[in-house]
Amino acid sequence: MNVFMIFRVAVRAIWRNKTRSALTMLGIIFGIAAVIVVLAIGRGASLNMVAEISKMGNNMVMIFSEQRHAAAGVRGAAGEGQSLTASDGLAIRRELSHLVQAVTPEVRTQMQVVYAEKNWSTTVYGCSTEFSTIRNWDVVEGSFFDELEEKQCARVCLIGRTVATNLFPNDDPVGRTIRIGNMPFKVKGVMGVKGVGGFGQDQDDAVLAPYTTVKRVLQASKFPDNVRHIKLSLYSMDQLDEAKREIGLLLRQRHRLADDDDDDFRIIDMAEITSTMSAVSSTMTVLLAAVAAISLLVGGIGIMNIMLVSVTERIREIGLRMAIGATPANILGQFILEAVVLSTLGGALGVALGVAGAQTIGNLQGWPILVEPSSAIGAFLFSAFVGMFFGFYPAWRASRLNPIDCLRYE
Amino acid sequence: MEHLIEIRDLRKIYAIGEEPVAALDGVSLTIENGEFVAIMGASGSGKSTMLNILGCLDTPTSGSYLLDGIEVARRSRSELARIRNQKLGFIFQNFNLLARTTAIENVELPDFYLGRLGRSARRARARALLERVGLGGRGTHTPAQLSGGQQQRVAIARALMNEPPVLFADEPTGNLDTKSSIEIMNLFTELSNEGITIVMVTHEDDIAAYAKRHLVMRDGHLIKDDGGRGATALPVGISVGGAA
Repeated sequence: MNVFMIFRVAVRAIWRNKTRSALTMLGIIFGIAAVIVVLAIGRGASLNMVAEISKMGNNMVMIFSEQRHAAAGVRGAAGEGQSLTASDGLAIRRELSHLVQAVTPEVRTQMQVVYAEKNWSTTVYGCSTEFSTIRNWDVVEGSFFDELEEKQCARVCLIGRTVATNLFPNDDPVGRTIRIGNMPFKVKGVMGVKGVGGFGQDQDDAVLAPYTTVKRVLQASKFPDNVRHIKLSLYSMDQLDEAKREIGLLLRQRHRLADDDDDDFRIIDMAEITSTMSAVSSTMTVLLAAVAAISLLVGGIGIMNIMLVSVTERIREIGLRMAIGATPANILGQFILEAVVLSTLGGALGVALGVAGAQTIGNLQGWPILVEPSSAIGAFLFSAFVGMFFGFYPAWRASRLNPIDCLRYE
Repeated sequence: MEHLIEIRDLRKIYAIGEEPVAALDGVSLTIENGEFVAIMGASGSGKSTMLNILGCLDTPTSGSYLLDGIEVARRSRSELARIRNQKLGFIFQNFNLLARTTAIENVELPDFYLGRLGRSARRARARALLERVGLGGRGTHTPAQLSGGQQQRVAIARALMNEPPVLFADEPTGNLDTKSSIEIMNLFTELSNEGITIVMVTHEDDIAAYAKRHLVMRDGHLIKDDGGRGATALPVGISVGGAA
């Protein structure tokens, strides 16, 4: 008896009890559909997050100053250290130019900006001329400040779209003078729309000015060279490890750290942030998938239940088949295959329902959805496994039956 | 010479409660190729146990059973299944056709497990067998659409599918009216005349009369064997009827 014939017998047995088979399959259908939907939403969300994060910068690496860990005493928050300087950034630019294509120090300060009768509270970023390259953020009107303006601590700035909308609802901002704090600044240009960042902040609510101007003029800092952090852009992420090592060595040297001293800075790349965020979303996906898997388990038990009923119901058929030559293995195969056909049919319908469901939810909620072929195939194969696993016991019981008892069964 | 069936001192002991009960208590017997044998006896005489063991559906507690020269008394379930498939045909009192399955597919079934014929050869043979039992035009009917007599004929066609040397029939007319019973027994007679060995269990004298050799059992013993010498009349004092 070949597999195709057993398959036909199985399909026919299922077809004869259409309603019962359909109801039995429902458990598997919903289980598989739930797995597909959850994975599609989870994968979509995490890919979207990765895309958002990489939008923040172009092969970007960040260096934060960090207080050296003293054995005791007060410790500051991350980025609160005073060790990092704009000169460090310039040194990296100079010494590691084979790896690093752009560097900007970054300082931030929350300021009130005023134009005519309008005012707006926003974050003023002090940066270098290369900021635009590093952040992948272009000027759409006017132009960026130049190196001379940076060197001279010129009172010039660029404004984000949100600031532009609030201060200049009707006018063209380029060339106008706004006040930041109490200082007049000339608006050199308007930045393009950057949108909502990976952490939910409005990236367009910003004013950009040369870091020299922010430190010396706006903040009137006693340590004008100290900066909050340095952002830089590598030529290639393939050189990330090399770049991190080289930067570390250079900074340790510049900061005159002894061999057994801890770093007084921390180098963070986007991959690190991305993997952290992905880990969070993966955890959620795993949890939800576990819930879906439990529903598959329940579906599998449903199949086992109905197969046990089916074996009892068809006990005379089993007896007859054995009497005319079916071996225990034939009977075992027949009932396992029947369970597998039932579960894979449910699995296929579940995959279809899951894909359709995921697309619908994505469209309705505006969520990014990603149905990976591997998850669809995996779910389908798993449904086959469920059928095999839960079909085995009823099939084994059927194969152990005694033909005489079966034939006498009323 | 080689016998088709040769059993020696066959015993089947059932442990019912404390007391072991011998359904077969040392039966020896040979059946030759082409014989038409009726096994008779009251209910509980051991005739069904005898047929089950001869039909390789059950195994004896002790003794030997040579079928076509092969010892089959102690074989695994799978081996017995293969022997049943190739050497034996079964005909049951209640027909045992697969419901909601057409007559022709019921007839094809033994070859599903043997796999001797290809798809079209199997269909052709099944059709020829249906023709042979007089159901030429009924191949696509399901058992529910056939009368009892017709269903039993489908069952006979099925039993012949793998060309077994011997047919076992367990009360083949038990569920049939007189007219159908006569038709079935005539068919058996024809098959017997063609050289097929038939071993039939019955408790009806007029059905047994179609057979050429008569065995009578009582309490697990073979108490009479007319050896096929044409004696259809049963000895006085042996009642074989009564059990419905």
